[in-house]
Amino acid sequence: MSLSVDGLRVYYQTLKGDIKALDGVSFDLRDGEIAGIAGESGCGKSTLSNSLIMLRLPMKLVEGSVSLDGSQLPIGDSRKMKDFRYKRISIIPQYAMNALNPTVKLKKLIADLLACHGVGYEKALPELNRRLDLVGLDRSVLDMYPVELSGGMKQRAVMVISTLLDPSLLIADEITSALDVSTQRAVAEMIVEFRDKGFVKSVIFVTHDISILYQIADSILIMYAGKLVERAATEVIIEKPAHPYTKMLILSLPEVGVHCTDRRLKGIPGKPPQLLSPPRGCRFKDRCPLAFEKCEEEPPMTEIEPSHWVACWGVS
Amino acid sequence: MLELINLTKVFRTGMFSSGSLKAVNNVSFKIEEGEVTSLIGESGSGKSTIGKMILRLLTISEGEILLDGRDISVLKGPELRDYYRKVQGVFQDPFSSYNPIFKVDRVFENLRSVFFGKLHYSDWMEKVHTVLKKVGLDPDQILGKYPHQLSGGQLQRILISRALLLDVSFLVADELISMLDASTRVDVLNLLADLKKKGLSILFITHDLSLGYYLSERTVILFKGHVVEMGRTDRVFFNPQHYYTCKLLSSVPRLDQKWEDLKSDYETKIDGRKCFDPIMDEEQEMVKVEEDHYVAVKRR
Repeated sequence: MSLSVDGLRVYYQTLKGDIKALDGVSFDLRDGEIAGIAGESGCGKSTLSNSLIMLRLPMKLVEGSVSLDGSQLPIGDSRKMKDFRYKRISIIPQYAMNALNPTVKLKKLIADLLACHGVGYEKALPELNRRLDLVGLDRSVLDMYPVELSGGMKQRAVMVISTLLDPSLLIADEITSALDVSTQRAVAEMIVEFRDKGFVKSVIFVTHDISILYQIADSILIMYAGKLVERAATEVIIEKPAHPYTKMLILSLPEVGVHCTDRRLKGIPGKPPQLLSPPRGCRFKDRCPLAFEKCEEEPPMTEIEPSHWVACWGVS
Repeated sequence: MLELINLTKVFRTGMFSSGSLKAVNNVSFKIEEGEVTSLIGESGSGKSTIGKMILRLLTISEGEILLDGRDISVLKGPELRDYYRKVQGVFQDPFSSYNPIFKVDRVFENLRSVFFGKLHYSDWMEKVHTVLKKVGLDPDQILGKYPHQLSGGQLQRILISRALLLDVSFLVADELISMLDASTRVDVLNLLADLKKKGLSILFITHDLSLGYYLSERTVILFKGHVVEMGRTDRVFFNPQHYYTCKLLSSVPRLDQKWEDLKSDYETKIDGRKCFDPIMDEEQEMVKVEEDHYVAVKRR
């Protein structure tokens, strides 16, 4: 078991009270697994990935624990987390384009980063060069400033930098959202290659685009309003989704070959609840076609088939 | 109704404008009434530049744009105002299209002062209510709110309703749903489909091929400022000829096919085709593949 998250609750502190952005999420990740997390904006997917790497104000750890390769992660203690960050658990941030300091050359940026974590640049250089070759970047990019690179090149450079120390867990937060389809494919396939080559042990791939997850992920977790609603292997989620939210989400995706006059897509009516004071029971009940009295109680995650977990009274 | 003829846009770049960049290069196509045309291309392909030239936010370097046969670049004063009654745009980021310190009503108020100065206030408000309902919004929940109190989908629909107030016949929709969530983007897409049925022409600028397919009758594929392929949407999508179109289509993440299964298909398409290559800066010409389907090849 590479990563294990147990009952994680992370709230945002505001003047009006706590925003319950992540409210009791538990899941495990196998070694070598690429797990996709999908959901609408505000469902807590970025809060989850950020809290695993750097939990800082106004975020607040309320309860829950996380362990990586058998050892507890001190996610509530930013200073202790420093031993894990980058070496054991690393992130490719959402806006990788802006993650690079524009005033220094990439070489300097990487050397600084490595020095912070006690690794010499010269020692890492051969591996760095090898990985630049692998992602198709010329070695000369090390002598360039970030403005000299295109968006796709920056994204690839950040991927190489983030995984240079072979972290056990890599978090990729919406890394393909700002890219064109052809670059998107290249970047997504690179993540799979990094896993296959053992640069990273397991990956959490956060995105709002389920069709990318179908291409690269081993399993998919669907989140809604701070909670996990369904989790299963990729094929099961796409072909036999059980939770009404997952079903509606997949049906709302436009696809090549679907024209508005042949099949009219349906959106999900309504909008996600306020997380300042979320409704009691199932959080999807106001938008759900299946909702009944029982939904006033909170549905537990139940295993309806081996490794297919759903939180819905209407299904289990 | 709208026709682009050999449209070219050159940007000056570098210190003292020493360099130049052809963002749009010799682009010609037509958009008929009540038709949606998708303009598809990657970032830097010049798709937004074309949209901005149609809206007269950028000047044209060479070529012309005709609306019902009239050159739009010479329009001035009242004629230009009439042009904007017919042609309007909606852009990608709904949050930056509004001034956050004013209520959303202001977009309607600005419109009234420029175009509807003579209209009685109560008649005007009735008009606003009607269009808001038309785009699927409840006027009581929208008017009097600040932009941050509304969702991206709602803001985007207000911008569309603003365009509808002017009885537009042509809408430039520049990546207007790219920033919306899966569940809300469908509502905006369907709204555009309904408006099309009522006779609105739309230039739908996007990098998302599946959105383009859903909405449009015709598709124009743009690469580095050149049109590489265009024609009826189903013909371009299911019988792609240019290697760039093939590459794009094989990169779209789909739910019915995995990327690995598509790869070989795309390799065979390239072989033996003499596609026009914009990187080599070759001379191009458009040749007919089948009825209403053209591809750019190297000029002989």
